[in-house]
Amino acid sequence: MTDKFDKVPADPDPSADAVSKTGGDIPPEAMKAIPVRHYGRWISAVVVLALLALLINAFATAKKIQWNAVGEYVFDSTVLAGAGRTLLISVLAMIMGVVLGVILAVMRMSKNPVTSSVAWFYIWIFRGTPVYVQLLIWFNLALVFETLNLGPIYKDEMVQVMTPFMAALLGLGLNEAAYMAEICRAGLMAVDEGQTEAAHALGMSHGKTLRRIVIPQAMRVIVPPTGNEFINMLKTSSLVYVVTYNELLRATSTIGSTSYAVMEMLFVACIWYLVMTSVFSVFQYYLERRYARGSLRQLPPTPWQKVKANMLGMGRERGAGA
Amino acid sequence: MTAMVKAEGVHKSFGAVQVLKGIDLEVQTGEVFCLIGPSGSGKSTFLRCINHLEKINAGRLYVDGELVGYRQKGDKLYELKDSEVALQRRDIGMVFQRFNLFPHMTALENVMEAPVQVKGTNKAQAKERARELLDRVGLADKAGNYPSQLSGGQQQRVAIARALAMDPKLMLFDEPTSALDPELVGDVLDVMRDLAESGMTMVVVTHEMGFAREVGDSLVFMDGGVVVESGDPREVLTNPQHERTQAFLSKVL
Ligand SMILES: Nc1ncnc2c1ncn2[C@@H]1O[C@H](COP(=O)(O)OP(=O)(O)O)[C@@H](O)[C@H]1O
Ligand SMILES: [Mg+2]
Repeated sequence: MTDKFDKVPADPDPSADAVSKTGGDIPPEAMKAIPVRHYGRWISAVVVLALLALLINAFATAKKIQWNAVGEYVFDSTVLAGAGRTLLISVLAMIMGVVLGVILAVMRMSKNPVTSSVAWFYIWIFRGTPVYVQLLIWFNLALVFETLNLGPIYKDEMVQVMTPFMAALLGLGLNEAAYMAEICRAGLMAVDEGQTEAAHALGMSHGKTLRRIVIPQAMRVIVPPTGNEFINMLKTSSLVYVVTYNELLRATSTIGSTSYAVMEMLFVACIWYLVMTSVFSVFQYYLERRYARGSLRQLPPTPWQKVKANMLGMGRERGAGA
Repeated sequence: MTAMVKAEGVHKSFGAVQVLKGIDLEVQTGEVFCLIGPSGSGKSTFLRCINHLEKINAGRLYVDGELVGYRQKGDKLYELKDSEVALQRRDIGMVFQRFNLFPHMTALENVMEAPVQVKGTNKAQAKERARELLDRVGLADKAGNYPSQLSGGQQQRVAIARALAMDPKLMLFDEPTSALDPELVGDVLDVMRDLAESGMTMVVVTHEMGFAREVGDSLVFMDGGVVVESGDPREVLTNPQHERTQAFLSKVL
C-alpha cells in the first residue's frame, strides 16, 4: 500500500515527464481513484456566503446610512490629523514600551534580588490592571499631586504637565513596557547558553556579548510578537479618547455628533485603522524576514522578489555561495 | 620548559555535588595534552575552569604563570573584575563539543568578530586574517555561508578558526568531534594535527584514542573527579596500570 503512495509524483501534472522525475524504469501509474466528496464543505460554504450577502445587503441598503458621507469625510483634514495623532501616539508609546521593556527584562533576569523584584512588581501592577483605568489615573493625577517637583531640574503645576498627550503617552507606554518586558525576557532566554559561553571564551565583555551576540538572536523571537503588539497598540490607542487626546476616534466622533453621522464617522475611523494595521503588517513581514537571517538555510523570496523573478525569468539566489 | 597550565589541588562543586576532587597536573608549553575518562568524570568542568567559565572552590590554577580569575597579594586572594577575566580569556581559545558558532553571522563574520570587537583590530585587517584562517582550515570557499549552511565538520573547523583569530597561546578542545558524523571526524582531526605540528599548546578532551596516541604528548585518565593515571599516551593506552583505566579502555577501544 505504502509503495503505491510513494510512487505518486508530487507533481501537479503527473503526465508530464514522470519517467525522468522519478528516475524509475517503469512510468508510475497516476492514481485513478475517485476523490472523497466533501459535501459538508460545500454546504457550509453556501451557508456562509448567503449570510454574508444578507449582511452586506442590510448595510448597503440601510436608508439611515449615508454612504456618501463616508466618502466625503475619509480625507477630511480633521480626520487625517486624528489619524496622524493615532499613529504618533502609537509609535511613541511603542518606543517607550520597547526601551523600558528591554530594561525591565534585563532587570528581571538580574542576579540582584532587589533589581529583579522591582521589575517583577512593575510587571505585576501594569499587567494586572486595565489600561483604561491606568489612563484615567494618569489623567487625574493632578487631583492628588498639585505640582510636579523634580527638585532643582523641574517644577510645574501638574495640570500643566499632564496634558492629554502626556496622559495618553504614559498610560499606553508604561503599560506596554510591562508586556514588552515579558516578550523580551522570553526572547533572551531562548538564546542558547552556549552562545554566551562562546563569546565569553573569546574575551568579550558582558555588554558586548549581550549587544553583539545575544540580542540579535533574541530579536528573531522578539520581533513577531512585538509587531503584533504594535498592531494592537494602533487599535488600543483609541482608548485615549477618554483622556481627551484628539486622536482618530475622537476626531471622527466629534464630527459624527455634530453632523448627525455617528455611524458613518465610525466607519471612517475603521477605514483608517484598517489602513494603518494593514500597512504595518506588510512592514512586519519584511522585518521578520530580516531577523531570520542565518536561521533558515535559504530565506524565502519576498512577494516583490517573486514578481521580479517572474519578469526576468530567473530567480536570484541569495545566501548560497560566497 | 615552563608549564602553560598548572593545576594544584583544584576542587569544584556544584551545590553539594563535588565534581573535581583535587586535580594536580601540568601542561607543558607546546605540548598536546589529552584528557580522557568516562562521561561525568569532570573533564569538561576542568577544561572550563582553565578559562574561568567555572569558578574553582579550592586549589590554584595557573595559565602561563598567571593565576586564573584571582590576584594574590600576600596571603590574600582577590577576585578579578569581569574585565580582567575577559583579558585573561583572550589568550585562551576554546572549541566546544556543539561548535557554538554565532548563527546570525557568516563564517567569515564569526572569525572576524572577536578580533574586531575585543582587540579593536580594524575591519579590513581582521577580514584578511579571517580569510587566511578559513583557508588554513580548508574552508576558503565557505566564507559567506551561515553556520546553518555548513556541515557539522565544517562548523567545527570554522569554530577552530574563530578561536585562532585571537592568537591564543593555549587552545582548549572539549570533545570537538563527539557531535560529528563519523565521516566528518577526520577533517577536524587533520586540522588539529596541523595545529599541533605548528607548536600550539593544546588541552584536548577526546574519545579519539587514535588521535591521542599519534598526536598526544601526554595523557591523563580522569574518573570521579580525580586523576587516576597519567603519562605518555602510548604507554597508558597500551599498558594501563590501574584497574579503572583498564576497565574504561576495554570499553572504548
Ligand atoms: N552547571 C552544572 N550544575 C550542576 N552540575 C553540573 C554542572 N556542570 C556539570 N555538572 C555535573 O558535574 C559532573 C561532571 O560533569 P562534566 O565535567 O561535564 O563531565 P564530563 O565532561 O567528564 O562528562 C556531572 O555529574 C555533571 O552532572
Ligand atoms: Mg564533557
